[in-house]
Amino acid sequence: MVTKTRSMLLNVGPSHPAMHGVIRLIMELDGEKIKNVDVEIGYLHRAFEKMCETVMYGQCFPYTDRLNYVSPLINNVGFALTVEKLLGIDIPERAKYIRVIMSEISRVTDHLTCIGASAMELGAMSAFLYMIKAREFLYELVEEITGARLTVSYVRVGGVKADLTPGFTDKCFHKIAEVRKVLIEADELLTRNRIFFDRMKGIGVISKEDAISHGITGPFLRSTGVAYDVRKANPYLIYDQLDFDVPVGTTGDNLDRYFVRMAEMEQSLRIIEQCFQQIPDGPIAGELSGEIMPASEMVDHAKMGQTEGLITDEVNLDPTLQGSTKKYAKGINTDRRDIALPPKEETYSNIEGLMNHFKLVMYGHGIRPPVGEAYFPVEGANGELGFYIVSDGRDNPWRVRVHPPCFPIMSALPKCLIGSVMADLVPTFGSVNMIAGELDR
Amino acid sequence: MTPLEKVQEQFKDNVIEVHAFRGDETVIVRPHVLKEVAKFLKEAPGLEFDFLMDLTAVDYLFFAGGRIQKEFRFEVVYHFYSLKNNQRIRLKVPVTEEKPEVETLIDLWASANWYEREVWDMYGIRFQGHPNLKRILMYEEFQGHALRKDYPFNKRQPLIGPNN
Repeated sequence: MVTKTRSMLLNVGPSHPAMHGVIRLIMELDGEKIKNVDVEIGYLHRAFEKMCETVMYGQCFPYTDRLNYVSPLINNVGFALTVEKLLGIDIPERAKYIRVIMSEISRVTDHLTCIGASAMELGAMSAFLYMIKAREFLYELVEEITGARLTVSYVRVGGVKADLTPGFTDKCFHKIAEVRKVLIEADELLTRNRIFFDRMKGIGVISKEDAISHGITGPFLRSTGVAYDVRKANPYLIYDQLDFDVPVGTTGDNLDRYFVRMAEMEQSLRIIEQCFQQIPDGPIAGELSGEIMPASEMVDHAKMGQTEGLITDEVNLDPTLQGSTKKYAKGINTDRRDIALPPKEETYSNIEGLMNHFKLVMYGHGIRPPVGEAYFPVEGANGELGFYIVSDGRDNPWRVRVHPPCFPIMSALPKCLIGSVMADLVPTFGSVNMIAGELDR
Repeated sequence: MTPLEKVQEQFKDNVIEVHAFRGDETVIVRPHVLKEVAKFLKEAPGLEFDFLMDLTAVDYLFFAGGRIQKEFRFEVVYHFYSLKNNQRIRLKVPVTEEKPEVETLIDLWASANWYEREVWDMYGIRFQGHPNLKRILMYEEFQGHALRKDYPFNKRQPLIGPNN
């Protein structure tokens, strides 16, 4: 008697713990072997591109935070750079350094999350906890500067929201040392771990040609041996003045992707250290000689016409606005008054500053790039993050398109999975570092 | 010779416009030569654009509040990148509202597969020859194409199941 065999359809996700709650895979299995995979995305679609068309340029930043929510600062930077390209403006040196420092901190948090989570999915719970601890150190830095941990909305068109706080450099070096310790710990826990090694080595392989044809960028492409990094290929901000390496793999399997990410974190930490050596000085001390008063008091003085001496006074702001006073604003924002908000003292103490502020935040009055289009790629944590903006000369963008780095990777996921066994899905999917926020937008 | 000049020389009359606004080299071609141009960009020596980095569309309905009226409604926008020469180029194809169709590039770049599905999903532009042109971000039962300018951003649609 001949036994008839047929393949089995297995549905994984969207509410499967290894699918992070947002992806559905329909797999055709022959025993344990994967014969075919259909990837279904879109469970986290929030109409990012449509909503950006309805708001002003500055108001898009909160939306960009929610693209790749593990490294929101890179999204902020990417969007700001695209609008700046459209406007044709340059920003002060110090702001460029701050943007690079914050981007690299974000890149480390992203890689830590990716490696930590995929190690946890393979059972290495302690490695995950150590790495999340390290991420916490970095989130504390992010929180200190931006006032938020996740939804930072820190970058502005023409600069950044706030300057670095006093003593930030030392704090940063301290945290970097802590993160390095954790990286060594994680390396000891994972790299020579037989279980981890066996489940990563030779699994989820993709060839160089396939990766290029699928438009894959970032660590996923570099693991196949292609040294493409936007920071080197099309240097933006001040990346051309920094010394860092682009780690590449050889085989394009999960283990290589793990190694590439581990090596990249070290490079990012190196970049941050270099930035602190090169960054131009911040606020010039003694520029403001007047007294320090709360915002409400300054507004009252101005309303009553007691403007004498007000020009040298400093305002004491709410913590969320810290670092945006006159003392700091000049070094971190462009001089163009039709683009950057005036320092808070001017808004509170004189009519010109107030009008300037309103002209930038009121509907129908904001930043107006000329009619045209611009595409600007930055190196996101997952690969090339590109924004394509079309302007019709009005204050809200006509079209905002984001090229999400994990979109092409997800489209190539069947290539990595077909032929391997069902259990290999977990490490392979983990190494993609799929972030549904940017995948589904 | 820059990539733009090469394309212009090869496809003389079928190139509608070239520009390099803010340094982004852009070429707009007639839809019927799209595939030839794409193939040329991918294979011609000195060009070798091996990455299809991004593929999207733009709806120009009432562009600039109706002040600038284009004779077509949509533009399909391709961003290419050449690893070897470290160059980028943008290719655009006008598409009319009456016949929103262009050829697929799936046999040249595998990345076109999902991008084209997304453009179909969001703009309703068909890609001739695409083997699996179904919605990707929205669900199958969704009515209309969300990124078209005549689709209101606050429009609600009840989620419906397949047999309802």
